[in-house]
Amino acid sequence: MCLAIPGRVVEVVDDADQLAKVDVAGVRRTVNLALLDADPHALIGSWVLIHVGFALSQIDEREALATLQLLQEMGEDYEQQLRELRESAVE
Amino acid sequence: MRFVEEFRDAELGRALAAEIRSLVQDGRTYKLMEVCGGHTHSIYRYGIDGLLPDGVELVHGPGCPVCVLPMGRVDDGIALAHEPNVIFTCFGDMLRIPGSHGSLLDAKARGADVRMVYSPLDALAIARRNPEREVVFFAIGFETTAPSTALTLMRAKAERIANFSCMCNHVTIVPPLRALLDSPALEIDGFIGPGHVSTVVGARPFRFVPEDYGKPLVISGFEPLDVLQSIHMLLTQLADGRREVENQYARVVPWEGNPRALAVIAEVFALRPHFEWRGLGFISQSGLALSDAYAELDAERRFSIPGIRVADPKACQCGEVLKGAIKPWECKVFGTSCTPERPIGTCMVSPEGACAAYYSYGRHAGQREATRENALTGAGEAYP
Repeated sequence: MCLAIPGRVVEVVDDADQLAKVDVAGVRRTVNLALLDADPHALIGSWVLIHVGFALSQIDEREALATLQLLQEMGEDYEQQLRELRESAVE
Repeated sequence: MRFVEEFRDAELGRALAAEIRSLVQDGRTYKLMEVCGGHTHSIYRYGIDGLLPDGVELVHGPGCPVCVLPMGRVDDGIALAHEPNVIFTCFGDMLRIPGSHGSLLDAKARGADVRMVYSPLDALAIARRNPEREVVFFAIGFETTAPSTALTLMRAKAERIANFSCMCNHVTIVPPLRALLDSPALEIDGFIGPGHVSTVVGARPFRFVPEDYGKPLVISGFEPLDVLQSIHMLLTQLADGRREVENQYARVVPWEGNPRALAVIAEVFALRPHFEWRGLGFISQSGLALSDAYAELDAERRFSIPGIRVADPKACQCGEVLKGAIKPWECKVFGTSCTPERPIGTCMVSPEGACAAYYSYGRHAGQREATRENALTGAGEAYP
């Protein structure tokens, strides 16, 4: 559960609750951006580190790609996180 | 993936390992604790321990939130799951943690409505869809996870979702470190500080480690070269006679942390006078409960929870593992009666648990040499 997965912000879906669609390893999922304390629209195209449905911090692309690879190499634990992420229904 | 190669460059890794060797004084041993379960995982996945000289020993710390949960709290959660009309939600890692009479998965098999969620917001969504049911979210985690629970509770309150509540087991990172440093049995020379927790709390809260205890701490990233570099930084401090908090992971961790995340933690939670940790016992001001402003959403006030204290199973030495007093393979039941398929202790259940990491990557006693060949390549394949 402590895994944090990088994703790229695609579009804002709810301004009031700061929800955005984020592309995480090809999965598009709603993520809450409220912890970043930034205008969600300004984050479109940015990489964020996602933990339990919330963006925890903004990171650069180099960091994001390295982290993704590290996670992919973890194998089953990462696959499990992705499965959970797909099934998750943040509203 | 040229970006990645910088973090994996085997030449760079070996050069760093050589520098580490040059910093080690003959005959001296260096015990370095990696606080975070994510680091434990990296260390055994990439065979980092195999690159270190014999005098440098890595000790696993208490930074796996599932692992440190005492059995009594698991039993309390299971009791809550069996309450009539309750939908009990928790993260996937919690499901197989053994309580005194089985796990949450067993409770589910016996008819309790237990559901795994990826996010506390998923639990809130379940509450919205099932207004006639009571939906409880069993919250665990350090400061990494607590802000997400806090924001979810803020939303539940704002939307007046009356059938949602939270059984809070959030813990904080500083008190257990202090408890370990106060323990006379354990002589740690330095700490590899946690990465993700520090994105929230920053580097500042760890200053007590050098200031009060005279030990260095380096906040570290999770890449194999990050961990090696952090070990190098710790040994350099020790060689130079410096004792400081340094931030190897500054590309992600700001010195001040995430002020917004800290603010929501402060808004929604209050420190408990004391909280029990598996293996470490009661530690004062180490656990979070819902603040009075959020009392209505507190499952511990809404339901009657047994609150029974249960001793850990006698055969299980998770407590010793969590304190770094023994290595996973030194536990009497490691890999025999305690395996990831049939765990006795928490450290074997969670993917971040030290025992699960050792078991998965086959890093048992005496394997240091064997890992040297494959270090940094990630070739230490998990057992199928």
